[in-house]
Amino acid sequence: MAQSYLNNTYNLVVIGGSAGSLEVVLKILPQLKPGSSASIIIVMHRKITYDFSLSDLLASKTKWNVLEADEKQVLKHDHIYLAPADYHLLIEKDHTISLDVSEKVNYSRPSIDVTYESAADVYHSTLAAILLSGANDDGVEGLRKVKSSGGLTIVQDPKTASVAYMPQHAINKVAVDLILAPEELGNLINQLGYPKGR
Amino acid sequence: MERHIVTDEDIDVLLADLLDLYGYDFTEYSRASLKRRINRLFVLDRFPSIAEFRYRLISDQDYLRRMVEEITVNVTEMFRDPIFYRTIREQVLPVLATHPFIRIWHAGCSTGEEVFSMAILLQEANLLQKSLLYATDINPRVVEKLRKGIFPLRQMKQYSENYMASGGKKDFSDYYTAKYDHAKFDENLSRKMISSTHNLVSDRSFNEFQLIMCRNVMIYFDKDLQDKTLTLFDDSLEKLGFLALGSKENLKFSVIGKKYLQLENKEKIWRKVI
Repeated sequence: MAQSYLNNTYNLVVIGGSAGSLEVVLKILPQLKPGSSASIIIVMHRKITYDFSLSDLLASKTKWNVLEADEKQVLKHDHIYLAPADYHLLIEKDHTISLDVSEKVNYSRPSIDVTYESAADVYHSTLAAILLSGANDDGVEGLRKVKSSGGLTIVQDPKTASVAYMPQHAINKVAVDLILAPEELGNLINQLGYPKGR
Repeated sequence: MERHIVTDEDIDVLLADLLDLYGYDFTEYSRASLKRRINRLFVLDRFPSIAEFRYRLISDQDYLRRMVEEITVNVTEMFRDPIFYRTIREQVLPVLATHPFIRIWHAGCSTGEEVFSMAILLQEANLLQKSLLYATDINPRVVEKLRKGIFPLRQMKQYSENYMASGGKKDFSDYYTAKYDHAKFDENLSRKMISSTHNLVSDRSFNEFQLIMCRNVMIYFDKDLQDKTLTLFDDSLEKLGFLALGSKENLKFSVIGKKYLQLENKEKIWRKVI
């Protein structure tokens, strides 16, 4: 793929992560510049807690709007949607969000695979999927689907991950396009969503 | 492995079969989730092709039941979202208690875990003897399971924690008898349940209730079907009755939203004020 991805316009970036991924997301968010063509969906495995708002924490770190995803919400650029605890997040053809409480996938709900696969089905080559640190297999099958649908696949460099298992497993199983350190990811997202052709 | 083998066109054909042959209308369900469920079933049952999948559906009534059960989501738990149940306990039951007779409808009740949760709340408030709990679902099989009142024992630890977080004071294990790997719930709880199949898409209102519970069912519907279903609930709810939804469901932008007021603590419980 070389640098050709920079000529493409991306409309959706899905970030998936498990153990050790929150610190990476907190590094990415402050780097994001407004004026992007892309929306971001974050699917992070987390324990259900009743008093702690992850979306508030994330919102404090970025100029983009951060929302906990609701069903039928229309994806907008410069917006970040956080998959709610205990729901799978899927994307409809009209670019709205669907939520689903069906069985856990890879012991996880939300599952990264579910969102990757569903997003690939709608966004094809305008989708970029980023897989971060984690101790789980979730996300690997989904990355394969993103890749085969023409999307861009990015994995956190396992050397930089606090739990290397998930990104390493993805690299072993899928010919991912880019392997990057956390510091490089924010800038990449800015480039992916930078309006082309001017 | 290519996971998405069933195309959007295949889904259209299968949904048309379900509707034309059997009267099950899934065409207004949210497509992404439905597509994933149908794909999952196709892989699970190892069909070599869509044609054979379709043939099985057309020719085998039992397979129809399996398909309807598998493409709808039946995941549920007791005292799901304990704070919600605490709110029912503290804010809804005291109002229901003022009625001589209490009618509650659990629409889309699945295997009945939430119906049993409600029966426990009513029993603890000394209201069960004057209550009737109508439990309905589109799937005949899950309704049969509900009638048995038997649930996997391994889930009881989680349910017991949920129960306590909802304000339960008793020993949760008092409500069931453990046998091998399952828990059979006290028959006094199920004595006040009336269970039946009911399809929210095509069936009509059948009674008037003071509380309707429909949690994590309408998230699978498109906007039009959501509004149709909510209108059905509105027609089936007494004035000042309560409508309780799942944690990500909302009346805010719905066709009946103006007639309802959400409880102040922002749990997903609304009161019909007009």
